[in-house]
Amino acid sequence: MSIFVDAATRLLVQGITGREGSFHARQMLEYGTALVAGVTPGKGGQTFEGKVPVFNTVDEAVRATGANTSVIYVPPMAAAAAVFEAADAGLPLIVCITEGIPVMHMSRVMPFVRSRGVRLIGPNCPGLIAPGVRAKVGIIPGNICSAGRVGMVSRSGTLTYEVVNHLTRAGIGQSTCVGIGGDPIIGTNFIDCLRAFQDDSETDAIVMIGEIGGTDEQNAAAFVKQHVTKPVVGFIAGQTAPKGRRMGHAGAIISGSSGTAEEKLAAFEAAGIGIMRRPVDVVALLRSRM
Amino acid sequence: MNLHEYQARTLLKAVGIPMFEGDVASTPTEAEAVARRIGGTVVIKAQVHAGGRGKAGGVKLARNPAEAADEAAQILGMTIKGLTVHKVLVVPAAEIATESYVGLIMDRETQRPVFMVSSAGGVDIEEVAARTPEKIVRLPVDPTYGLFPHQALRLAFVLYRDFAQVKAAAKIMEQLYTAFVNNGASLAEINPLVTTPEGRVLALDAKVVIDDNELFWRPDLGVLRDDSAEEPSEAAARRANLSFIKLDGNVGCVVNGAGLAMATMDLVKYYGGEPANFLDIGGSSSPEKVINALKIITADSHVKAILFNIFGGITRTDDVANGIVAATSQFKVNVPIVIRLTGTNEVEAIRILEGVGMRALSDMDQAVQQVVELARGAV
Repeated sequence: MSIFVDAATRLLVQGITGREGSFHARQMLEYGTALVAGVTPGKGGQTFEGKVPVFNTVDEAVRATGANTSVIYVPPMAAAAAVFEAADAGLPLIVCITEGIPVMHMSRVMPFVRSRGVRLIGPNCPGLIAPGVRAKVGIIPGNICSAGRVGMVSRSGTLTYEVVNHLTRAGIGQSTCVGIGGDPIIGTNFIDCLRAFQDDSETDAIVMIGEIGGTDEQNAAAFVKQHVTKPVVGFIAGQTAPKGRRMGHAGAIISGSSGTAEEKLAAFEAAGIGIMRRPVDVVALLRSRM
Repeated sequence: MNLHEYQARTLLKAVGIPMFEGDVASTPTEAEAVARRIGGTVVIKAQVHAGGRGKAGGVKLARNPAEAADEAAQILGMTIKGLTVHKVLVVPAAEIATESYVGLIMDRETQRPVFMVSSAGGVDIEEVAARTPEKIVRLPVDPTYGLFPHQALRLAFVLYRDFAQVKAAAKIMEQLYTAFVNNGASLAEINPLVTTPEGRVLALDAKVVIDDNELFWRPDLGVLRDDSAEEPSEAAARRANLSFIKLDGNVGCVVNGAGLAMATMDLVKYYGGEPANFLDIGGSSSPEKVINALKIITADSHVKAILFNIFGGITRTDDVANGIVAATSQFKVNVPIVIRLTGTNEVEAIRILEGVGMRALSDMDQAVQQVVELARGAV
């Protein structure tokens, strides 16, 4: 099985006619994802790639196609509005790829999606992919993934690809890879993913890729100690990062003395999480624990 | 984006927060004029993005306009933590009865703006938070509704007993919240909020940090950026749309993606080297970006070897290869380059590089070990 997406996923792309949206919609189609609709206001009635109908509003798209998941590729200033629209249309899962959304916007989005019982993944994330059910929602390259029983959760994009690539080449497949995003305010955190992987009968072990900034990894380590019986291995990026500087991701910043790699690795250690010193260590560590 | 104190004062004044008069000056003559206008003893404060200005000699008292000119002449041009002082703020040396702290931050954990107030003001609030966290009262605000009047009052009662002062402080809380939201701030701070012997409540010092993501649609805030307060290479990188941070090592790093860039720096350290920078060339990388990245990195004379670490997803590795070829034909790179690339269009990328006699590795660890050795050999 997989988490958050499965064989019943019917995907809708917000911003399907844009440069990013159309490129990735094509990739998702090629991968085999059930892409049933696109939304771009003013372009309703068009057809994408000769088979995907485009609608003016999410509500219209959902009623016409039964879409149950949305992925958002609209520009930063319109992205929060796109999340509100998808949540308002009753979609239970929304994945927001957009990078650069003002944090103030996200602080207004979160109470709304919570009140609707919606799961938001991201923003500023690569989305998720479940190779076993050929469901790719986002931008994670399908060719580096393989079906299997390891769950992956990460705050990063290309670093995730690096680690997944090591797994796939070593013959270790993945149940689901989830990129939760590098922003300070995100919809789904490590604990949400750990809980889902723990409950997923087809995931045997979990890989966590964290980075400096915030306390999400520390909270996740405490959760692992109490509630996760499956083996967990983890990596923290940014051990050489200077304090007080934003390392690319808006959320990757050590504030004062809080959010350092040492602090996070100590929390991993205390929770019995296997520590990857290098991305390549994922293979040996997993093999020794599975 | 950090604002200078004088800029933060302007934003807080605009929403009506009471402050001592004062003004910014770029020359001793200007400082003298401001001091004359204010009258009496003034404080001259260096405007740089660095803590500990007082200890570094960047905050001085002046008893009259002539002294203000002298002190400003001393402070202007001085270097505090590597940053040159170009402006000073001149404010009255007011008599103060009490000092408190009022701060508003965008909090990751509660995912909303959180007020922090403490009657222990005028000191480093992080120290207060670490040593005596019970002295700080925290209050999250739901941005859907904003700060309720009763919440503002509750915060004000933490600071004062006198009801006139409580009402004045509550109004300041509401005004600070307005300034925070209207300017897309991630931090807005009054430290200290003071009372005068006559009982007035005023903001003495202000700090505002703007969320960088607001700047694309807020040119009015973008103009507040002070390029001279930044590391020159970082300012150049920002103008070229590159995410770059200068470090002290000698291994230059060009990477796609922030997480992989950090992991690359860490791996350089793991194999005994020291990274010279953090650099993320981003997702859809044009050859142009690679050229700019190489220009910025090679301008640092400490760099002894350069590593490209590219995992092609959205980034096309052939774009990066074209950039490397174009850059090295445009200007001479005097240090060795190690290239690791894998993923989208890698066959094409390798062909492009081999066409000019360069080769690429596919393994990250191997590439990092190689670049560390090259940097070491060149020292």
